[in-house]
Amino acid sequence: MKAIISIELYKIFRRSRTYIAFGAIAALILIIQLGLKMDGQSYASFLMKDINDTLTVDGKVLNGYLICYILLQLLLVHVPLLVALIAADMISGEANLGTLRLLFTTPYSRTQLVMGKFIAASIYTIVLLIWLAFLALFVSMWIFGTDDLFLLKSNYVVLIQEKDVLWRYVGAFVFASFALLTVTSLGFLMSSISNNSIGPIVGTMSAIVFFTILSTLNIPLFAAIKPYLFTTHMNNWKEFFDIKVNENNEAIYGSILNVAKIKTSIIVLTAHIILFVSAAIIITKRKDILS
Amino acid sequence: MSVIQVNGLSKHFGTLKAVDQLDFSVTQGEVFGFLGQNGSGKSTTIRMLLSLIHPTSGSIELFGKPLNKCRDEILEEVGAIIERPDLYPYLTAKEHLQLFAKLRNKHVGATSINDTLLKVGLADRAKDKVQTFSLGMKQRLGIAIALLHNPSLIILDEPTNGLDPQGISDIRNLIKQLAKQEGKTVLVSSHLLSEIEQMATQIMIIHKGKKVADGPIQKLLDPNKMIVHIKTTNDAQTLQVILSGSFSNYLLQRNDGIYLRLPDYEIPLLNTFLVNAGVGLVGVETRNSLEDYFLQVTSTII
Repeated sequence: MKAIISIELYKIFRRSRTYIAFGAIAALILIIQLGLKMDGQSYASFLMKDINDTLTVDGKVLNGYLICYILLQLLLVHVPLLVALIAADMISGEANLGTLRLLFTTPYSRTQLVMGKFIAASIYTIVLLIWLAFLALFVSMWIFGTDDLFLLKSNYVVLIQEKDVLWRYVGAFVFASFALLTVTSLGFLMSSISNNSIGPIVGTMSAIVFFTILSTLNIPLFAAIKPYLFTTHMNNWKEFFDIKVNENNEAIYGSILNVAKIKTSIIVLTAHIILFVSAAIIITKRKDILS
Repeated sequence: MSVIQVNGLSKHFGTLKAVDQLDFSVTQGEVFGFLGQNGSGKSTTIRMLLSLIHPTSGSIELFGKPLNKCRDEILEEVGAIIERPDLYPYLTAKEHLQLFAKLRNKHVGATSINDTLLKVGLADRAKDKVQTFSLGMKQRLGIAIALLHNPSLIILDEPTNGLDPQGISDIRNLIKQLAKQEGKTVLVSSHLLSEIEQMATQIMIIHKGKKVADGPIQKLLDPNKMIVHIKTTNDAQTLQVILSGSFSNYLLQRNDGIYLRLPDYEIPLLNTFLVNAGVGLVGVETRNSLEDYFLQVTSTII
């Protein structure tokens, strides 16, 4: 298995397509950081204009922590598409290339080969996420400095002390890894069905868009299925930034408002990963290699 | 000892019987020529031997072990190229060999890799990416991958595709050497019947998924029986003449002329018969090649 994983990683990182995602993330983040660095104060004033009469905030609102939060909100919608670019090509890309039959005549079972490929694709996803974390969090902290994190939610504000923030980001990124691995496994499932590269990539993207729409629509018909859709849970990394308050409405240091929601989301996402990968293995095992 | 033993092997795709009740065996050290027209079921059979396609029915044993139960163990001892030499365009020839050596759990050193590349004539292109290779070079690299782990059974599906005459000759010699000097068993399919004729010890011909002939090549190409091509001024009339006489038993149905397969001592008698019947004889050409035999058995005899 170790040999399969290292070979699959070697193949992933020898292709120029792999670096599109890294380049795209770097370009987007650096452009946003540059824009906020140049004109950040007017953006902060815009954010605060509705509450300036009722609330006075000391310190630097537009700090590295807030920038990271803004970036994650923007990018965690797009990163799944970049993940799909590689994951959805893992099996179908080889079928299209004709190399699948070379792989499948080696003395490894198809289950081992598919698992090896999935683990390699997952490592790629995690590396991509680490790259995102490095640029969005640490580079932002370096450029903008750090201070308390001030978040404007729809009908309330959250103020998290500076020293209570970093671990929340660690939690959010770990959570995001589950969300992105779900996308990886979905791409993988699509890849096991098709014999061409484009179909599974488009299929994965379409599935994410379709289920995201179902998750966001407040239509009673879909209410019953929404809790089971992976897209309903993918954005719950934000729960790490909702904090409990005491009877004086003061934030409780180190607390999370809804831990159960995070746990449920991780269980649902893990269940999806297991389901998608198992289905990919079964399909690949039964498949006749005609390409 | 049978290295390959196939019994009642069938593969159906919907209503299409791609392979239908195939039985054959290949013994150790043999070069087994596997022949058939396009779409005859050759590649499907080869893919079933390599566990790429699941048979609808029948059994496959390699090295005396059932393929469906001992697949991984069996494939350790098999090297193969299947149809096209599809490879990773972004990797070099050397990287391909390193990658597949690792997948085979073989600790193949740089010397072995260089030797294998030398064997297939790619030593000077070891560090070039495959995307710069011609079809023939890819084919050579495919063969190198198949041979790298020193397998006991080598399955080569159209190994001479895209090769130039020198390349074809090199591969032919390599296959013969592998069987004769190293005792390896080689199953080879090719459209180049003259090549198969020069290297195979046994052949099998399949047609529409069914076996139509098999055996030692020397026995099948019986030197006492010749294929005779009769060239006349009026083929329709000649055909009627032949059908009316005892030579009709030797007639072969071919759409490219009048052909008979008959003992060599009957050829002068046929010549006399046709001349006496007033046939405008232009020429009588005798042949006894695998190509003629192939065309004979894959055609319907009248």
